Amino acid sequence: MNQTISFFSGFNVNDFWFLGEAALRTLWISALSVTIGTVLGGFFGWMLYEGRLWATLTLAPVLDIFRSVPLIIQLVLFYNFAPIVGLDLDPFGSGTVILTIYTAALVANVARGGIEAVGKPMRRAARSLGMSYWQDMRYVVLPIGGRAVFPAWVGVALGVMKDSALVSVLGYVELLKASQILITRTQEPFLILSIAGAFYFALSFPISRYAAQLEKRWAQ
Amino acid sequence: MFDYNFHWRPVLKSLPDLLEAGLLTLQVAALSMIIGIVIGLALALIRLKLKGPLYWLATGWVELARNTPALFQLFFFGFGLGAFGVHLSPFLIVLAGLSFNCAGYLAENFRGGFQAVPDTQLRAARSLGMTSWQAYTRIIIPQVFKIVYHPVTNQMVWAVLMSSLGMLVGFRELSGETQFFASRTFRIFEYFAVTAIIYYVIVKIILVASRLLAMRLFRY
Repeated sequence: MNQTISFFSGFNVNDFWFLGEAALRTLWISALSVTIGTVLGGFFGWMLYEGRLWATLTLAPVLDIFRSVPLIIQLVLFYNFAPIVGLDLDPFGSGTVILTIYTAALVANVARGGIEAVGKPMRRAARSLGMSYWQDMRYVVLPIGGRAVFPAWVGVALGVMKDSALVSVLGYVELLKASQILITRTQEPFLILSIAGAFYFALSFPISRYAAQLEKRWAQ
Repeated sequence: MFDYNFHWRPVLKSLPDLLEAGLLTLQVAALSMIIGIVIGLALALIRLKLKGPLYWLATGWVELARNTPALFQLFFFGFGLGAFGVHLSPFLIVLAGLSFNCAGYLAENFRGGFQAVPDTQLRAARSLGMTSWQAYTRIIIPQVFKIVYHPVTNQMVWAVLMSSLGMLVGFRELSGETQFFASRTFRIFEYFAVTAIIYYVIVKIILVASRLLAMRLFRY
């Protein structure tokens, strides 16, 4: 008896579930690395601003490397480097580490710009009102400088969200990898890619619009 | 813990091939930048001057290019078009994807540039008897070019970094070539480390060259 086996099957409702889960994974890895990366990047930015000579000589070139080498190369390199030094990281771990450092390298510049955006006279005024250095940082520099660079930070965060698609090279099944898997099975590339693209777009477009609007309003 | 033996000899032996692939990376990035600049200019002018379907088409292009991952765009040109029976070669996939992406980002830069040139410049040029074409090519665009020079060089760097995605659609530029060699010898870390250095050098060369060119171009 001859029975033909079909390797391909159409796109069905369960696949939406599969894509949804993958989209959540995309959100999770980007949220995690943007959060940690922002804290780290803020700290780096502060060091670049305050540290002057030694930070310019040590920290700046290191951060520059992460901005000058393609993310995909960084990911593959770190994923293969981790076992050499005895770290046991899964694709998610490696992806998070690299995305975090990548975010930090981008945010460091943004943060330094934010601190520089607060005028020296304002800082001096704060200090002469009796504020300590940290009070000045917390109550003067953070609100004013943070506002100046918030749109830039949103740009970085959205960029990392989009770049998180590259973690798929390590085998982490995020949205784009999931759609690739589905395409292989269903042979409906156009439909599935449209769904994946629509998700990224629906996430990124409103936020970037909102940031642009804030920028315009704050510029007045 | 540290019992990994580094083998650099196979990497050194294929270094000429890698450098040649680096040249290919540079070529595809430069080509997509040229296409991107032409289309980006057109998109920016359409968005500033026209209304109706053409405006929405241009806006759709820009927002789609800016709000979805570059890898998604590459996949779209790779597999997505396959649904319509259009099968591009890996080179064309990368070129089309990068050009699409660059055009979108550059259009926004150009739009800002055009808005920064006062309207009176155009009117003054027209009242001197220049045709619209002359006024744009001789008065407006040179000024816009000066304003957007920095963002455009940055975009060139991004184009080089983005071209590394070619690895995932089977294009043998620097990253693809590296993966080819790495998977043949299993010296993944060594190969990608060298590739990272090559990318770093390429990026630095572009930045230095653009700075030298700027000194020459914007002397006045």
